[in-house]
Amino acid sequence: MWYFRSPEIVFGEDALDHLAYLKGQRALIVTDEAMARMGFVEMVKAKLVQADLDCDVFDQVEPEPSLETVRRGAAFMLEKKPDWIVGLGGGSALDAAKAMWILYERPDLAPEEINPIDDLGLHQKARMVAISTTSGTGSETTWAIVLTDRQEQRKISTGAPECMPDIAIVDPAFAAHMPPRLTADTGLDALTHAIEGYTSSWHNDFADGLCLKAVQIIFAYLPRAYADGEDTEAREKMHNAAALAGLGFINSLAAAAHALGHSLGAVFHIPHGRAVSLLLPYTIQFNARGVQPTRYVDIARLLNMSAADDQEGANSLVSAICDLERQVGQPLSIREALPDVAPDEFAAHLDKLVDNAEMDATIVASPRDLSTDDTRRLFEYAYEGKDVDF
Amino acid sequence: MSEEKVTFATQAWIEQFHAEINKSEAYRQAAKTWEGDFYFIIEAEGALTEPVYMYMDLWHGESRGAFIAQDPSARSPEFVISAPVSTWKEVIELRLDPIKGLLTKKLKLKGNMAKIMRAVKAANELVRCTTRVPTDFPL
Repeated sequence: MWYFRSPEIVFGEDALDHLAYLKGQRALIVTDEAMARMGFVEMVKAKLVQADLDCDVFDQVEPEPSLETVRRGAAFMLEKKPDWIVGLGGGSALDAAKAMWILYERPDLAPEEINPIDDLGLHQKARMVAISTTSGTGSETTWAIVLTDRQEQRKISTGAPECMPDIAIVDPAFAAHMPPRLTADTGLDALTHAIEGYTSSWHNDFADGLCLKAVQIIFAYLPRAYADGEDTEAREKMHNAAALAGLGFINSLAAAAHALGHSLGAVFHIPHGRAVSLLLPYTIQFNARGVQPTRYVDIARLLNMSAADDQEGANSLVSAICDLERQVGQPLSIREALPDVAPDEFAAHLDKLVDNAEMDATIVASPRDLSTDDTRRLFEYAYEGKDVDF
Repeated sequence: MSEEKVTFATQAWIEQFHAEINKSEAYRQAAKTWEGDFYFIIEAEGALTEPVYMYMDLWHGESRGAFIAQDPSARSPEFVISAPVSTWKEVIELRLDPIKGLLTKKLKLKGNMAKIMRAVKAANELVRCTTRVPTDFPL
């Protein structure tokens, strides 16, 4: 027994127009200051005004939102009493909006208490629209929430099925202005979602097609979107792929690249997409040396790579991911991603990195079990950029 | 020579489970920071006509004590997980991931869910320990 959950997805050119059809009294936009500067908040407000909604804005979500920010946003919601929460931004703003929504409906909870098991009883006060402005996290089509506990230097990878947005707006106009670095980081985040979603131990028929289609689109269009931000076809395809990958992995779970990537990002402040995608080739190599068959061969064949058997399929996929990462200027090792971190400094953080990864909920869906020693060695190999041989 | 099977939800079974936990280096590592005791309630089903309360005190990667509670009201463990025999069988035979079981409410949990979600690896290692107990299910 399992569930497939999805928002209503409005996609394509002018998808934002759908906001003008909302029924309600008051909307609260949860976003960051950059969205206001870029004029996106005004674009959204204009549509909400057409729907006769009063509108407030909380624009203080920072990258990798903290528990404190979530508490402040929820307090603002309790004051303004919206019946629509409108998350606008990348994964940080959308994840924060979901967490604030939960605390708005359930002020008895602390953000640390959000979990996917308890019944929350949402939708008594508000519904949620998620508008993605990057093409990567897929947060608009997931119930996942990633928050940062700054005191513990740890990402809290949580969520609740009930906080799946009611409506996801996938309008490529918002992604058109992403700079190349952000295009690469977020696009590779989507690729990691899609590959882990397809190969996780919780994979299922309903999520498979979404993940595979997303992989296919990303390999074809990410280099184009990175090389030429004005390539509107590539932008739209990548925006769709991110939403597809989000919908895929949230229904089958991400795995070890996410567990290790969350940890790496929290300890060394590497952007989420860069961190998880950096670790992806290493976790694939690790998984491919475990119980056969893996499902990497399916992906390799879909992409017309050499894939006579499982091992060759996995090898081909790893090579293709590394080629793609190079093409879009991404680091392939932790050492390369952190040129200012000396080897002994990295080694001094290994215990923390391993502990964080082992506490990450996504580790449970790895197709091959990781012992503590395996996790440590994966970090060490990824630091050095060595092929995994264990 | 085949191992002799032990009936699930008996004192003999939980003693073997306790011993397997304390032999497992993987569990010791995965649960090295875990502090919390449990009632695992096996709800009546099949040949089991009364619910059985298995108490376990798990602490820093070890089982400090495990027994069938004759008087369930005598203790108030931090966590209570309950399910019928057939569901526990699915978990122990690795046909139901314990976290998936919690998410689908086939395993009913009382206690701090967020704390459990920080210990998913330990939960899986705990289940792996059960698989090493040759088990006969009272179904």
